[in-house]
Amino acid sequence: MSDILVSEQSAPGAGSGRPAGRLLEVEDLRVEFRTRDGVAKVINGVTYHVDAGETLAVLGESGSGKSVTAQTIMGILDTPPGFVTGGQVRFHGKDMLKMSGEERRRIRGEGIAMIFQDSLSALNPVFTVGFQVAEQFRIRRGLSRSDAKKRAIEMLDQVKIPNAKGRYSNYPHQFSGGMRQRAMIAMSLALDPEVLIADEPTTALDVTVQAQIMDLLGELQRERQMGMILITHDLGVVADVADRIAVMYAGRIVEEADVYELYGKPGHPYTLGLLNSIPRMDEKGQELRTIKGLPPNLMNIPPGCPFNPRCPMAQPVCREKVPPLLQIGASRASACHFAEELVSRD
Amino acid sequence: MSDPSTASIVSTPRIEEPAQTGAPANAGLPESDRRNKPRGLLGDAWRDLRRKPLFWISATFILIFLVMAAFPQLFTSGDAVNGALSRSRVEPSADAWFGYDVQGRDVYARVIYGARASIVVAVISVIGTLLIGGTMGIIAGYRGGWVDALLSRIADVFFGLPFVLGAIVILTTFNGSGTSNSEWKIMGLVIMSLVVLSWPVVMRLMRSSVLATKEADYIVAARALGAGTGRIVLKHLLPNCLAPLLVYGTIMVGSFIGAEATLSFLGVGLKSPVVSWGIMISEAQNYIRVSPFLLFFPALFLVVAVLSFVMLGEAVREALDPKLR
Repeated sequence: MSDILVSEQSAPGAGSGRPAGRLLEVEDLRVEFRTRDGVAKVINGVTYHVDAGETLAVLGESGSGKSVTAQTIMGILDTPPGFVTGGQVRFHGKDMLKMSGEERRRIRGEGIAMIFQDSLSALNPVFTVGFQVAEQFRIRRGLSRSDAKKRAIEMLDQVKIPNAKGRYSNYPHQFSGGMRQRAMIAMSLALDPEVLIADEPTTALDVTVQAQIMDLLGELQRERQMGMILITHDLGVVADVADRIAVMYAGRIVEEADVYELYGKPGHPYTLGLLNSIPRMDEKGQELRTIKGLPPNLMNIPPGCPFNPRCPMAQPVCREKVPPLLQIGASRASACHFAEELVSRD
Repeated sequence: MSDPSTASIVSTPRIEEPAQTGAPANAGLPESDRRNKPRGLLGDAWRDLRRKPLFWISATFILIFLVMAAFPQLFTSGDAVNGALSRSRVEPSADAWFGYDVQGRDVYARVIYGARASIVVAVISVIGTLLIGGTMGIIAGYRGGWVDALLSRIADVFFGLPFVLGAIVILTTFNGSGTSNSEWKIMGLVIMSLVVLSWPVVMRLMRSSVLATKEADYIVAARALGAGTGRIVLKHLLPNCLAPLLVYGTIMVGSFIGAEATLSFLGVGLKSPVVSWGIMISEAQNYIRVSPFLLFFPALFLVVAVLSFVMLGEAVREALDPKLR
């Protein structure tokens, strides 16, 4: 499925070879935040895509640019301070960054929808949950109040809110965290979007509820054959749901691979570090393994590979040349000078 | 005391109990069958208001004051304007419940006739202030950038004008001695000066409220789901920013009745033969020691009116806040 990956150095015209019908493509996206203290290069050439019916997990530490990429796709990036300085976001082949505000607004909700991390603050506290779901149908589909209510109850039912009919007239603060996230999902899916971006949907929830929400998202994604971009920093969350994983570091994709391949044999030292830092039951009592150091300051990204100061494998070349994201297998790419070695060793 | 709303002064445990037993675990469930028609924010607020006795009490008082302002002759057959000096400062009696003032005019009739000017001036000024200040605040807060800077500086200019001085300048210009403006024209001028000099406070209140709410995730979420600017402002921003405005608005009703009295006292506001509570209070202040009733009755009406508005505002604010429901 994911056989084409465009490197950061993609020459002009490189786009011509890609298969038609990509649902959502981000290509060489660059975003910077212009603040009083200087320019932070938050996204430095991110390229990924998602097709109908597949789930792409975008993985990375906080500050790696996962959410900013999503905000740029949705067009809800705060400008200023955020500015898109290059690249394209194509939805059905059309560059959304060049569309008018009105055109983009119409895509939101119907074409691409998003669910947020903190569902309590993402629901309007003064309206009932049902009203907020029904509002989508009334405003965007022009349904009457009672029809919209019927549809909204169906939606709440689909996201497995028990007694959806009775819960319709509850306010967000009367819902538990998990129920609120379900309501948020219902709201986002009301208009049957083709792509769903889930920005850390389970971070604010406790572990048992996390699993339920992930299962629900996976189920809905399969049922509706949506493309889903799942943004997370939790490696455990993605394993079951995602088809492909893109690992981000300092505003770049450092590795992109099929889930099994990535977990089996990471092709980038950063991914390896991430996987090693998952706490394991069989190492009880030992210190947790972490990646030493901190992510780079985005206002002053080190020359060469951005990961080189923290990388256990760093060589002189890493401090000089930015490694391009290169194909290293049938369905994977890595931005490391030593990717081949990493993958081939056991 | 398990019901959180019992803590508030406006709520009523006695009436709410039947509907609220079992709350909050299954709040809404028992009522869900009755609620077949989908309702918006205002519908729910109204349903909540109907259960509050303090809402009914304050609304009744306000209604009485409004009828009093519109049809004073329903309440008294007395003459509010002409009096006989022979009855100067006659104490309250069965004939004249509230007694007679210095000029020998019936205080009861004057209090009734005074409702019109006081209430009309206060209510319209408050509405005007809220509309202008609120709109400017929303625009400044939501747009931000240079629009915010510009509007805020304009507000600062007006904010810098001392209220009494500013009102004296406005009113002596348009309503100086020698002008013969009609009762309504004077009221209009007083309203104008009150609005012009007090909107910056509301604007700042609204602006800060909008700035805080604008960043909320549900605004971003609404945008992410494709809501337009108008919709975001009216449906998501406004209802969440309204509470401080309502509270301030109801308090303003009282202070505006007082401000109108101040202006009358300074001789630039309403003047005889127009009757207002403010005029009566300022006339009475020289006789507080000898005839306290001259101050007592208009002040009582003023206090009851202000209190009614404050209570109404409080009840409405609570009804609009789903967390207190």
